[in-house]
Amino acid sequence: MTQAIYNGVLNLAAGAFLLAAVLVVWRREVRAIVRLLAWQGLALAAIPLAEGIYQDDAALIAVGVVVLLLRAVALPLLLARAVGTEAHERRESTPLVNTTTSLLITAALTVLAYAVTRPVIALDPSPATRAVPAAFAVILIAVFVMVSRRQAVSQAVGFMMLDNGIAATAFLITSGVPLIVELGASLDVLFAVLVLGLLTGHMRATFGGTDLDQLRELRG
Amino acid sequence: MDLFLLLPILAPLAAAALAAVLGWRRLTAVVTVLAALSVLVSSAVLGFGPGPGTRFALGSLLRADALTVTMLIVIGTVGTLATWAGVGYIDAELAHRHTDQKGANLYGVLVPIFLAMMALAVLANNIGVMWVAIEATTVATAFLVGHRRTRAALEATWKYVVICSVGIALAFLGTVLIYFVSLHAGATSGDALNIDVLLAHAGDLDPAVTRLAAGLLLLGYGAKAGLVPFHTWLADAHSQAPAPVSALMSGVLLSVAFSVLLRVKSVVDLAVGIEFMRTGLLIIGLLTLLIAASLLVVQTDFKRMLAYSSMENMGLVAVAAATGTRLAIAALLLHVLAHGVGKTLVFLGSGQIQAAHDSTRISDVTGVLARSPMIGVTFLTGLAVLLGLPPFAMFASELSISRALADANLGWALGAALFFVVVAFAALVRNGSRMLLGPADPGAPAITVPRPVAGALVTGVVLSLVLGLTIGPLLEIFQSAGTVLGGAR
Repeated sequence: MTQAIYNGVLNLAAGAFLLAAVLVVWRREVRAIVRLLAWQGLALAAIPLAEGIYQDDAALIAVGVVVLLLRAVALPLLLARAVGTEAHERRESTPLVNTTTSLLITAALTVLAYAVTRPVIALDPSPATRAVPAAFAVILIAVFVMVSRRQAVSQAVGFMMLDNGIAATAFLITSGVPLIVELGASLDVLFAVLVLGLLTGHMRATFGGTDLDQLRELRG
Repeated sequence: MDLFLLLPILAPLAAAALAAVLGWRRLTAVVTVLAALSVLVSSAVLGFGPGPGTRFALGSLLRADALTVTMLIVIGTVGTLATWAGVGYIDAELAHRHTDQKGANLYGVLVPIFLAMMALAVLANNIGVMWVAIEATTVATAFLVGHRRTRAALEATWKYVVICSVGIALAFLGTVLIYFVSLHAGATSGDALNIDVLLAHAGDLDPAVTRLAAGLLLLGYGAKAGLVPFHTWLADAHSQAPAPVSALMSGVLLSVAFSVLLRVKSVVDLAVGIEFMRTGLLIIGLLTLLIAASLLVVQTDFKRMLAYSSMENMGLVAVAAATGTRLAIAALLLHVLAHGVGKTLVFLGSGQIQAAHDSTRISDVTGVLARSPMIGVTFLTGLAVLLGLPPFAMFASELSISRALADANLGWALGAALFFVVVAFAALVRNGSRMLLGPADPGAPAITVPRPVAGALVTGVVLSLVLGLTIGPLLEIFQSAGTVLGGAR
């Protein structure tokens, strides 16, 4: 893989990665959001795969394949199964923040991400590090999604996006963390999403829905 | 020696495997207690056995120094008391049909996994592995918090998993940035996250990126330690979890998460100077104290009251860590140990009171001392420990923390912290006396105390007294931990 193609793939992946997050903010259908998450997982996996091929690093390619299977296939499937069949669960019907405002906030968060990551780029101005603001923007947008959505599955999608953003940062600035940490972290995320999926089921059985507004017994 | 670094992780895992195969029964419960005890034994061997102050095992995957030994003592002590009481607690829950055999089996597997992950968090050399272990505690305790499967328990579990996972995810981002600066400082990719390597390269870490990382690590591990701004899960989870698990979460998990922060702080302090973490910890610690004290005043639920008392103590610990001197760190560690044992006493007692009344409202409970001397006296002892009354150890630790703050010219922070501690003191005394004192209402339900719970409670009272009268050989461990983390200042 030549330098030019590598840069192109990297920029395309980072762009698609950020675009998927913006589209998650825009869409209200829970199933569509989960599908977008799978696309984001694909864009994420492209980063270690491109780096692995460019640097001729078999371990990194293997990590990329694992990321692809986990984040583009397994986790979105798990979440898709947790989406309810009732109409009121399949759509974010009464958003806390309307779509226009949400998209404006997203734009502001992206600008903020560029400001925050300046010291990182200053330390190592390589093509990969220059894409880090996109990953940081996804992290900030994910937090916004988590606080502004009311369906349990949407909140879980926000959590996954947050995690994708952190994984992307790791691949961009250091070609990933040491293998033992990568494996442990992936396992933790897998379990966390499994737990959230199971809890969604319990919630449906107990509350008759997955609207998080019902969670207001405990306070003070 | 390698054995005693591995034992605290492997023994509870073996107990979990046994419980997974055999289910919840007396044998598996006793094996879990023995596994917790083996953590304590390992800490004693590591702390007082011959050999170097810092030991490594499995290459350099595991590392034990004085801070590790201290945290293993906390995990082992509270773990032993809580798992011992757990034997009686789960049997009672089964008898009252609050849970079924399946729930008991799950409890039997998850509690030892929880212990093993906490041991791994304090024994790991790699700060990435520490992170993995801390996040694993969230996953392991999720279904322990929701053990009763009620609406409130479900709500608490969801908030716990979501808030802690987000908080701890920020800590992972901080860890990634530390890895980045460590590689740039010349570390090799395999060991760039190891504490010993980071300490050796601390002077070469890029200050700007390290500050960004330190901020994220502070917020992230702060979430698991019950510090603002991600503290909102704490009272919900602690009040809904089964009493022995509340004791473990409150008495151990919070301080284990905080000990990881102390490790990170020792690296960051060398890289960017002590002012950065000091300012952050002071702000977060004082805000935590403010929120905990305010919510203690208006509290009507006794388990939530105990949870906010833990938050108050973690706030004080954060302020002590901000000071960062050898005295402050040693005092902080004594505080953590004494708080762990004291909190166990009150949480175990509150579990039996809750079982009797089927309620956790303070106004429903009165005359506990007259109705059950066992629960009354042990609850009172635990409360006295938490209030920092002499002769208990938190009296000494709070005095030492105050002195350390004064020595570091942080008089204003000391004043603010003491004000909140006094407010919390008043609230605990008022609510505690409301529950404990007064004549026994003839219509009040009987408070039963299963024998394992009674055994754990009496042992806890004895430990609190001994710890208050003399900390003996522990002093040396605390002081060398203070030297490891605070330097000779």
